[in-house]
Amino acid sequence: MNEELKLIWKNFFNWVMGNGPRPENEVVPPEPPPDLPFTQKPKDKYSRFHEATLKERYDQWLEIHGLHIFSILYAGLSILTCVVIVALLLATVSELPPFGDENNPANNVVIMRYVENGGDETGAQNIVAGLILDYRAFDTFGESAVLFTAAVSVLMLLGASRRNKKSKQKFLLRPHSLDEPILRGVASLSIPAILMLGCVVVINGHLSPGGGFSGGAILSTALILAANAYGFGRVHEFFNERTFIISSSTALMIYAVSKGYSFFTGANNLHSIIPKGTIGNILSAGLILPLNICVGLIVAGTLYAFYALFSEGDF
Amino acid sequence: MINSFAYNIPFISIFLLMTAAIITPVLPKKNRLPEKLSCYVIGTVAILSAYLLYSLTSSGQNLAFNFPMGHFPAPWGNELRAGPLEAVLALVFCVSMLLSLTGNFASTAEDIAPNRRQIFCVLVNLLTASLLALTYTNDLFTAYVFIEINTIAACAIVAVKEGAETTRAALRYLIMSLVGSGLVMIAICLLYDLTGHLLMQHMHEAIKVIVATKKYLMPLTVSLALITVGLAIKSALYPFASWLPDAHGSSTNASSAILSGLVLKGHIFTIIKIFYRVFGLDVIHLLRMDTAIFILGIAAMIMGSVHALRQTNVKKMIAWSSVAQVGYIFLGVGLNTTAGIAAACLHIIVHACIKPMLFTAAGGLSNAAGHKKGLHSLMGTFYVNRWAGLGLTAGAFSMMGIPAFAGFASKLSLTLASFDHPFIIFSLAALATSSVLNALYYVPAVIVVLTHTRLPDGQDKDAHKNFTAPAPTNLYKISMFIFLALNFYLGLFCVPLLRLITRGVNVF
Repeated sequence: MNEELKLIWKNFFNWVMGNGPRPENEVVPPEPPPDLPFTQKPKDKYSRFHEATLKERYDQWLEIHGLHIFSILYAGLSILTCVVIVALLLATVSELPPFGDENNPANNVVIMRYVENGGDETGAQNIVAGLILDYRAFDTFGESAVLFTAAVSVLMLLGASRRNKKSKQKFLLRPHSLDEPILRGVASLSIPAILMLGCVVVINGHLSPGGGFSGGAILSTALILAANAYGFGRVHEFFNERTFIISSSTALMIYAVSKGYSFFTGANNLHSIIPKGTIGNILSAGLILPLNICVGLIVAGTLYAFYALFSEGDF
Repeated sequence: MINSFAYNIPFISIFLLMTAAIITPVLPKKNRLPEKLSCYVIGTVAILSAYLLYSLTSSGQNLAFNFPMGHFPAPWGNELRAGPLEAVLALVFCVSMLLSLTGNFASTAEDIAPNRRQIFCVLVNLLTASLLALTYTNDLFTAYVFIEINTIAACAIVAVKEGAETTRAALRYLIMSLVGSGLVMIAICLLYDLTGHLLMQHMHEAIKVIVATKKYLMPLTVSLALITVGLAIKSALYPFASWLPDAHGSSTNASSAILSGLVLKGHIFTIIKIFYRVFGLDVIHLLRMDTAIFILGIAAMIMGSVHALRQTNVKKMIAWSSVAQVGYIFLGVGLNTTAGIAAACLHIIVHACIKPMLFTAAGGLSNAAGHKKGLHSLMGTFYVNRWAGLGLTAGAFSMMGIPAFAGFASKLSLTLASFDHPFIIFSLAALATSSVLNALYYVPAVIVVLTHTRLPDGQDKDAHKNFTAPAPTNLYKISMFIFLALNFYLGLFCVPLLRLITRGVNVF
């Protein structure tokens, strides 16, 4: 009785830990070397995967260059510098204006106008959206361009050099998708919901908390989930390097041209044809809605591109 | 007042370059179209900047104007600002960028694969846009955003040439540069908390109040230190310059020229703006930051040259020499007077013209020696590529400070500016020592390049090498000619330029 119970328990435990009998047609990927802590040497069992750890290589480097005293001095000075900087920054923080005090220097005419007239002047119910996409839209244009720069750089470094399909096949250790029925089931249920949520956060950016950056991040999680559940190939059918470049360039171009028009008319005291609309309506707040959509596209594409490039090396 | 077209030029320049960068990835790659587009756009912006400079100075008054980015006035919206100094820097940056691209047009094609070259052009356009934005911006946070674009693009144009060395250099550059970005970010947050503004003139007013009341003086000092160190890392001031030689020495020639000549200068000009326009020179003096910068500048002048003496790779040598030249600029900033800042700006301009010429020349010479970069292998290459030889010689003379070459003008104005300073003896001693050290490594390089390899009996000593160097292209010759012309122009006619810069600093 007790033995049976133990057996059931053992089987249950194995099932939970994923150690149960494998289906016959399943291909077992080679066991990867375990993640070892920084200082620990890999065991001989894994000598096939033996690669000098960072610590070993550092020790070798010291050996070759005869820099033992230097290394002790270096470590000591590093710790000392860190401690000094931490102490300095903590001391600075304690000297700063108290948090939330109404007499703080930051509570001045700038903030007052943003809060009191933000709705009337930008047409946006969400003051933060009005702030980043109308009052200080040039900064946000720069921020989107930072993402664009980073994505293009990573694409150049990781994407372009590995065009060769053969070499890609050879180095592909991981299976294309995780091929889990549970994951697929959950994904098929949740991806539409995530996409809807992302679109709502982007499109309602001028009415409620959210906007292009947060909505774009939500949209990219849907893409990443789809890639994990159904394989990168399925996502690449509708979102590949070419579509990413074209969508990002177009979105940023729309941002540049429309906001450039707005900057130009503002600086030259010309009349702008962009209507503000009624506060609270979905079609209001002038350029903020289209700009949020542009930023959302760039963010979603960039985050997915980073994921795909760093995990697959191709995209 | 200036006319309405000139009024819009800062905005048009930045947006033209940004749209060119955005549209480049979707362009066809045939006929090197992306690179040509970059060159044309940067050339157009150079012409526009020249027109802006002309209309700002032609009336004889000291003009400067603010350009609101949008419908909202100064403390609420972003703002650009242009005066004679900004215009002349924008012009020099664009011309130097254009010449770096055209001069290295052939070597870029050798070093970089076509599909990477397209993205290289995107990055070059973004770099130029960010340099102009840093030059024109009147808002500290906009400056930070464009510092970020500048950092990422600069690291990527190091890594654009494939290879272990460039990847390592780019990673090192990225890590150091991101530490700098982090410090700048923390400092801007602290400053915003203390002043409640992000626009420079409003921050300046608030900082005056802080200094007068002595409330929050300690966080103000820390934020000044953090922002200075952060930007000093990015502009390779000596103790923070360890990333520079690898990044500038191993990348492709066009990248080296752009990074050494221009990218460093954008950050240095941001420091000058923060010192002069946000804090004010008296506050900088009160907080002792001028002395710190002065000492580090002198250290950079000496140590950069000492390190350059030890190099055998010609590009690494020129890269270390950049560290020394950055020291000269910081010496001028550390003098903490209007004359010192003007001299520093003149040196920024001189170095932005000379260093790309030196890198372009070094690239041409090592190409003539069969892609060897060791100094000894460059022997006699003057007789293979005379334009590159001339460029190296003129650049070396300029760096030593021989009269009639560009470097002489800025060294002279730095010397004159330091006469009012209590530390004049240190500054003069450093200038003299550094000039001698410059000569110690540039003269041997010039002698090697000029030494004939042909033996007395008419036989070429290197005949067994069996290598025919490619002739320099016409584009290379034209670019080098303009570089040389700029060099002599700056050396011979620097007085009007210095007067212009002084006027610019006065209305800064």
